[in-house]
Amino acid sequence: MPDVDLARTTVRDLNAALHRLPNDTNETEWRVRNPRGQHSVAVGLDAPLTVEIDGHVGYYCAGMNQHATVVVNGNAGPGVAENMMSGKVWVKGDASQAAGATGCGGLLVIDGNASARCGISMKGVDIVVKGAVGHLSAFMAQAGNLVVLGDAGEALGDSIYEARLFVRGTVHGLGADCVEKAMEDQHKAELRRLLDAAGLDGSVDVGAFRRYGSARQLYHFHIDKAGSY
Amino acid sequence: MCGIAGLFLKDRTLEGDLGVLLAGMLAPLSDRGPDSTGFAVYGKAEQGALKLTLRGPRSLDVEALLHRLGEAVGGPVAHRRHDTHVVVTIPADREAAARQALRASPDVSIVGSGRRMELFKEVGRPDDVARRFGLNRMGGTHAIGHTRMATESAVTTDGAHPFTTGDDQCLVHNGSLSNHNAVRRDLIREGLTFQTENDSEVAAGFITSQLRGGRSLEQAMEASLAALDGFYTFVIGTEAGFGVLRDPIACKPAVMAETERWVAFGTEYRALVDLPGIEGARVWEPAPARVYRWELH
Repeated sequence: MPDVDLARTTVRDLNAALHRLPNDTNETEWRVRNPRGQHSVAVGLDAPLTVEIDGHVGYYCAGMNQHATVVVNGNAGPGVAENMMSGKVWVKGDASQAAGATGCGGLLVIDGNASARCGISMKGVDIVVKGAVGHLSAFMAQAGNLVVLGDAGEALGDSIYEARLFVRGTVHGLGADCVEKAMEDQHKAELRRLLDAAGLDGSVDVGAFRRYGSARQLYHFHIDKAGSY
Repeated sequence: MCGIAGLFLKDRTLEGDLGVLLAGMLAPLSDRGPDSTGFAVYGKAEQGALKLTLRGPRSLDVEALLHRLGEAVGGPVAHRRHDTHVVVTIPADREAAARQALRASPDVSIVGSGRRMELFKEVGRPDDVARRFGLNRMGGTHAIGHTRMATESAVTTDGAHPFTTGDDQCLVHNGSLSNHNAVRRDLIREGLTFQTENDSEVAAGFITSQLRGGRSLEQAMEASLAALDGFYTFVIGTEAGFGVLRDPIACKPAVMAETERWVAFGTEYRALVDLPGIEGARVWEPAPARVYRWELH
């Protein structure tokens, strides 16, 4: 199992080594030590690898991820898993702002809290935060699911398009055009699937969550109101 | 951009290492702020004495300056030279006379004053500026540093942080304020004076004004949430206090860490990685619009 010490190898060399791996590589398990808050660790992966990072990482860890599983045994700085396409990113500590921003697919799991703008402009990624999320989370979210076991900060789902938001704790305010919606069986089943995928198999009651989404008043052109535009 | 590093020691046995630790925190922030670097160090106070940190040109005749100051304050003046800065210690009750004497030297500016605070800032990268000032040899209870990427005003020493607007008070800022001109006018009306057109100096002045009005550091920081508009992460030093405040939108990054021995602030975690015991520290992102402060007992 390749073991990379970032005290002796540059992030650029680590990433280049990970990018060189073919899809059918046998070197699928990687360990990275001493990240010491460095930026862009394990970005742009495009193979079914598992990269486990021991320590806190800086900006943009696991950005643009495809197919790979990236595990951070620590906290992540701003923009973790930004624009991820598929695979899984699992932060065992807290994540800073804009976690999972613009993500198109895959699963981002944060065991701790995520700060402001979690899931901003998400486009299909699933995000499960076991703690709280900060203000303006799911801002302009377009598709995908954001699940929050703790509280959500102010202006949740501001200017949201079609993403689904599930929050178990207190929501400190909904943003423009974000409303609470009924939690029907299909939503409970979807939430159950997401919680299971995040490793919470059966330990969390889906009935304790409330669902939020778009009122669809903001982004449609209303012909009846053409005179107002 | 810009980078901030702040360290407040709870364990007094670390006081001799304060400068080394701060220098180690500032160096990784070089790429967030390569234009200028500054820091304030809260060292030992002497009974009845006031420290003035002065800055002058490299060609400054320090002996002549000390002679003039000595005549003004009525006795010899202890001093330490740090590159372009000189820290002089004068009797606190002779401050007015010392300032009067310094007005006769237009190439000398007073960078900071206080019982404990010494303040250094220059154009340059943090490792270079720290080395020129001898930060590694400085000790104390708390220190605040800043690496600047200039956005709102020119790359000059005057535009470098920390900003100080009162004895033993300083502030560093990452961000930009949008209502600083209006707040500056109000503060000037109150009697405060400003050395620059910089937005961050206004934030320092606002805190000074609040403290002079009898408010605590905590109350002063609460009041600035209502009075100051814009983006900011502030780290604030007073003679006995260390405060952190982020604006409600909190765009500017911030990380804090705490152990039994110290509390530290870094714009990024990279600034904190060499602190003793960081592996076991509680590391968290300070919440928006929440006042954090620690005081010496």
